[in-house]
Amino acid sequence: MTLQATTSQTVGPFFSIGLTRLYQDNLAGPGVTGERVTIEGRVLDGDGEPVPDALIEIWQANSHGKYAHPEDEQDKPLEPAFKGYGRIPTDGDGRFRFTTIKPGPVPGPGAKPQAPHLAVTVMMRGLLRRLVTRIYFPDEPSNADDFVLNLVEPARRETLIARKAGGQTGALEWNVILQGPGETVFFDC
Amino acid sequence: MPNIAGYRRPLAGSQPNYLHPAYASSVKRAPTKPLIYLPHTLTEVTGPMFGKESVDVKACDLTQQHFGEAMGERIIVSGRVLDENGRPVPHTLVEIWQANAAGRYLHKDDQHNAPLDPNFTGCGHALTDAEGRYRFVTVRPGEYPWRNHYNAWRAAHIHFSLFGPAFATRLVTQMYFPGDPLLPYDPIFNCTADEKARERLISIFDWETTIPEQALGYRFDLVLRGREATPMEG
Repeated sequence: MTLQATTSQTVGPFFSIGLTRLYQDNLAGPGVTGERVTIEGRVLDGDGEPVPDALIEIWQANSHGKYAHPEDEQDKPLEPAFKGYGRIPTDGDGRFRFTTIKPGPVPGPGAKPQAPHLAVTVMMRGLLRRLVTRIYFPDEPSNADDFVLNLVEPARRETLIARKAGGQTGALEWNVILQGPGETVFFDC
Repeated sequence: MPNIAGYRRPLAGSQPNYLHPAYASSVKRAPTKPLIYLPHTLTEVTGPMFGKESVDVKACDLTQQHFGEAMGERIIVSGRVLDENGRPVPHTLVEIWQANAAGRYLHKDDQHNAPLDPNFTGCGHALTDAEGRYRFVTVRPGEYPWRNHYNAWRAAHIHFSLFGPAFATRLVTQMYFPGDPLLPYDPIFNCTADEKARERLISIFDWETTIPEQALGYRFDLVLRGREATPMEG
């Protein structure tokens, strides 16, 4: 039997009614190992205006580079306190902020490690399908050899790499630019 | 580690384009540069898992979340979650949200001049069972006006959010009702080119799940992406 996947529809402006229950802006609770990072940014539309009704979802491995999922069969430790999932709405200023840990490397094609990254879903009114992107980390030597970053023309790669923000340890900035110069790289996932 | 079988890509026209000018909000929010094709890796074929501990079993009845009963026509919305290979997707989280019977959302930004119902929040969730089945009790949502174009009204709909087994299978969609006269005028419903794909968003009146003297049944099956048979070259 072959079926066809159900058509996507927009999350609309009122998703908070149904989706607030799983809001999670701190993935790194007590007992989770790894380098804490706080990632903050804004979602901006084609006029450079903030998007106050966007939803960001995060999926990532733990600090050992292992996903809390049965298909990850790597011989690396799982951490019961770390689920790897975040869901964060933007505020009236289009801003989002979440705390997590920098994940370890996970394998890519040919078992070659990928650079540490977060998988990101972006949804909002006006988006009929989700957008998929990634967040990579600054000062990470393995970015240069990362299989996915190398799919992207060099001038646009920086849209996928968070920047150090301010003086605080672990404070990073990463923005979602929907259109125009500096448009974030989105993937056909 | 062996190479990984990815999830199937959608057939042309079976999913909406990002830019759909008839839906005004897409114009400034749709990306303008082509998406970059991402072969699936361990990141995309894994995804968040939600077990029984993350679910309130009472949350599948949206009519009984308050002291009194929700206003409106009670309905049963049920169906199965399958993948493109026809296999059930068991124990996966389904989240829904909707307007009340008068066409008003319990949300500060919904300024439609229709009454709120103190006994209806409009959100529910459930896990599918071992055969991929889910079932909600709710009220039929009202149609409501919006400002997309002159005299614009959204067809009655219920929002659905599903995870499936992987990051790649995440789906957010909307369920519509058979015979709704607003469907031909709704640019969100009509954003998908393929007519058959659109029609699959319309639930089916279901005599089998209709409860005598209590509630009409509507059946809505959802299909998540299926797995490719062979691993990609790596």
